[in-house]
Amino acid sequence: MMVERGGWRVKTIRLWLPLGVYMIFTLFPFYWMAVTSLKPNGELYNRKIMPLLVYHPTFKHYVDLLTETNFLVWTWNTFLVSVTSTAISLVFGVMLAYPLARMRFAGSALIAFGVAATYLVPQPLLFIPLADIITRLGLNDTLTSVILTYPTLLIPFCAWLLMGYFRSVPHELEDAARIDGATRLQTMFKVFLPLCTPGFISAGIFAFTLAQNEFLYALIFLTQTDVRTVPVGAIAELVKGDVFYWGQLMAAALLGSVPVAIIYSFFVEHYVAGLTAGAVKQ
Amino acid sequence: MSTTALPAVYVPVPRRASGFRRWTEREDVFSWLMIIPPVLFLLLLVGYPLVYGVWLSLEDRPVARAGTFVGLANFIADARDPVFWQVVQNTFVYTSAATILKMVGGLGLALVMNQDFKFKNTVRALMLLPFIVPTVLSTIAWMWILDPAFAPVNWFLRNLHIADPGPSWLGNRHLAMMSLIIVNVWRGLPFYGITLLAGLQTISPELYEAATIDGASTWDRFVYVTLPLLKPVIYIVTMFSVIFTFADFQLVYVLTRGGPANATHLFATYAFDLAMGGGQLGLGASVALAMLPPLALIIIAMSLYMKPNKP
Repeated sequence: MMVERGGWRVKTIRLWLPLGVYMIFTLFPFYWMAVTSLKPNGELYNRKIMPLLVYHPTFKHYVDLLTETNFLVWTWNTFLVSVTSTAISLVFGVMLAYPLARMRFAGSALIAFGVAATYLVPQPLLFIPLADIITRLGLNDTLTSVILTYPTLLIPFCAWLLMGYFRSVPHELEDAARIDGATRLQTMFKVFLPLCTPGFISAGIFAFTLAQNEFLYALIFLTQTDVRTVPVGAIAELVKGDVFYWGQLMAAALLGSVPVAIIYSFFVEHYVAGLTAGAVKQ
Repeated sequence: MSTTALPAVYVPVPRRASGFRRWTEREDVFSWLMIIPPVLFLLLLVGYPLVYGVWLSLEDRPVARAGTFVGLANFIADARDPVFWQVVQNTFVYTSAATILKMVGGLGLALVMNQDFKFKNTVRALMLLPFIVPTVLSTIAWMWILDPAFAPVNWFLRNLHIADPGPSWLGNRHLAMMSLIIVNVWRGLPFYGITLLAGLQTISPELYEAATIDGASTWDRFVYVTLPLLKPVIYIVTMFSVIFTFADFQLVYVLTRGGPANATHLFATYAFDLAMGGGQLGLGASVALAMLPPLALIIIAMSLYMKPNKP
């Protein structure tokens, strides 16, 4: 870092002012979720009073959300689907990344290109044919439909990130294990993969976030309330025609964001590593 | 790496299996055995739907009935459909405005963040929240922020006597597009900011010192040191962002459903409406496919203009 000239005045203009304005812009929607979810309906729909404050906070919307809707079921579904599809994606991701990063074989360049291309295929290109395929397989309104399709979005990403990580591990330990007579599979599982835990955490946390965020497939495949995920449930069942249950919607938005935010807060560094992995590798 | 002669002491395997064993221990065989399951999975669930989508786009295909082959009729119908051209225009406006704002804003954000200050890690973690929270949920919050009657934006406009009752942010065609762009920027800026910040941190301080000694001003250092070195990162980040903004679905579906009067329909939402709402799978598939050529053109153009020259 260079030597900064000038005192607090320069620092205010260069740092705190832009940062402060930006942070307000960034965090305001979350504040607004929290405030709204605590307002009684009388305050919520009163044009006269200043909307940024709560005058008589109430947990009514939370109670209603948890007792009158299937929010807990949706939360469980979202969690189950995210964890399962992340696990599948990590396994398949390793199976792609390990040979591509550590071995030489004919066709590897083609496979590597295919993986990158798959990552860039926009989801809207696939949803219409997939909807038809899922119907023909009889998987509509089952969690299996999204557990099968989410990995298609996550595997290319996991494989790509893990390839970068795998390449950075030195070869010596593997070579030693091979000379000692370990098979390739043993070398991979007992020597190599344990060295790569940080890579798995990065890929896993990122894939988990993507799975929680997915909306399009869930919207199309899951039409029954008991199989829905949180985003689809909130949009489909807390909005009835033109009536928006804003208190409950904001409570759902906040509660639906909390699990990801908590998990993320433990692994910020890994998440950032995953985020920047593709772009900043020199 | 062909040290496959394994002493029996370490791995007691029956002699008969050793031929097979030796075969699976070959580097290429092992690699392919590893790679085949995930590749099959992706071929079945990405490759096949992609091909099937092309086939669907050539069919007249109502939901739950057999389709009939109609050749390019769906694409001709698209070309004659004024809404389709509206969609093309919307998508270009949305993608270019949002991308430019995110690029400039993200660069500014990265430069601001690239100073030493207290709580930097906390600020960075909070900054990423819009990117990690499920988009649909934060977009619902935005919808409520933009509510014309009960939301803070119009409350301030009313009470500062700027506008009464205040505009309908999602009901006017231009304001609706603007609102979508703002929400997209809100969600995407952290990705730009944090990635560009990581890029900035790889630039050696010595380069700045050398430039300063040579008499370069702050602006010179930015233009002649920072930007050229950041170019590869900017290129990749922008490419990702363009692809995912161009193919955006969630924001529009939640905020406007393509309205008012199709003013905010993008390829994805229009294809969804035709296929899922209207039951015309073939026509919907053709609209979704029509997204590819312009997207490919943008990517090629970007590569020509922005791709860092290889050393």
